[in-house]
Amino acid sequence: MSKERLTATFEELAIPLFDQLYNFAHWLTQDRSEAEDLVQETYAKALRGFASFRPGTNFRAWIYRILRNTFLTSRAGLKASVPLDSDDLAEPSAGPDTPETLLMERSQRLVVQHALAELPVHFREILLLCEVEEMSYLEIAETLAIPIGTVMSRLSRARRALRDRLRQKLPGERNG
Amino acid sequence: MADAWTSKLDAFLDGELSPDEMSALDAHVRTCPACAADVLGRTQLKRAVQQSGRLYSPSTELRQRVHQIVGTRQRAVWHWQVAALATVVLIFAVAFLIQSRRDHRALPQIDSEIADLHVAALASSNPVDVVSSDRHTVKPWFEGKIPFTFNLPELRDSDFTLVGGRVTYLRQTPGAHLIFQLRKHRLSVLIFQDRAEFRALPSDARPRQQAAFNVESWTQGGLRYFVIGDTTADDIHRLADLLRGSESS
Repeated sequence: MSKERLTATFEELAIPLFDQLYNFAHWLTQDRSEAEDLVQETYAKALRGFASFRPGTNFRAWIYRILRNTFLTSRAGLKASVPLDSDDLAEPSAGPDTPETLLMERSQRLVVQHALAELPVHFREILLLCEVEEMSYLEIAETLAIPIGTVMSRLSRARRALRDRLRQKLPGERNG
Repeated sequence: MADAWTSKLDAFLDGELSPDEMSALDAHVRTCPACAADVLGRTQLKRAVQQSGRLYSPSTELRQRVHQIVGTRQRAVWHWQVAALATVVLIFAVAFLIQSRRDHRALPQIDSEIADLHVAALASSNPVDVVSSDRHTVKPWFEGKIPFTFNLPELRDSDFTLVGGRVTYLRQTPGAHLIFQLRKHRLSVLIFQDRAEFRALPSDARPRQQAAFNVESWTQGGLRYFVIGDTTADDIHRLADLLRGSESS
């Protein structure tokens, strides 16, 4: 494939993901200017490495992985470093309270946003990939470079952690 | 027992179970109030994250920067725009050059034709067809002979005298040719309807040289005036001023 053709193909695949990638980057970095740098660097890296992308495989997972790896090696990423063994620290939770039912009664978008932002980055990212990006477990596994079993357990723990946060943020409703 | 199912609820809601498992779990949820409540809660949480997670929009600047990094299309558009602009500039430049060359050619050509008319009239045994120093005789004489009318100046207080007039033609268009006398010199005043080919002539009312004659021309009231003679540029200019001032007389 000629260099020009390669760039055109890359553009066709990568540009439609721009808004989502930015949203994801902003959630990871929690900062606009760092998110902008991250997205820019991701596109530059992805374009440079596009020759190594195998056609027919999942481009979205590929470019998200580049973004995430770039983030993890950045200053902001190192600060939010992922405890690698955290998946093994499963804590039984999910008591009788179900704060999520309270969300039905009022708009709690802001509360959810704060709770999400406070989550450790490895929980935040997997929730975003699953719910916002609507990736399959397989895509998430490719993006995060982890086995599917880990995707499932981490996702479950991330949801539980989010529920715990929400429960803390809605104390008045706890027994209601 | 609900616990066996609970561990699968997330995968169920994420659409990650096999079709068989999906329908089995679906059937169970319909009969198990605990699991049904759990599914409801998890669904709400999923939806809440979905809605809250779509939060940040990129700036226009970032969009442009990324397009610059990636953009074959952006570059193509840019090239296309520059090419279009260059073409427009080129067309204007060529048109301007052609026009200005044409103008430069037109200027001496018309002046030299005016000089020819002046010389031809003076060389004729009958330089004028209406012989009169009275402007009130000369002006009406042109009625019906040329497609316009004009005013002649009062010369009583000047050193110019009107000799007479004739009909003349410049490029197949009729006009008035008047002869004035100043001392021993005879000067021609030629009047035509203004037209496009005259626009190239200078608009400043200063006499210029043409084959040793002085020529001054201007446009007034839709008419193009030429004053030409072998006297000084100052004389030509004085006569031109008299004609210009005759508008209301």
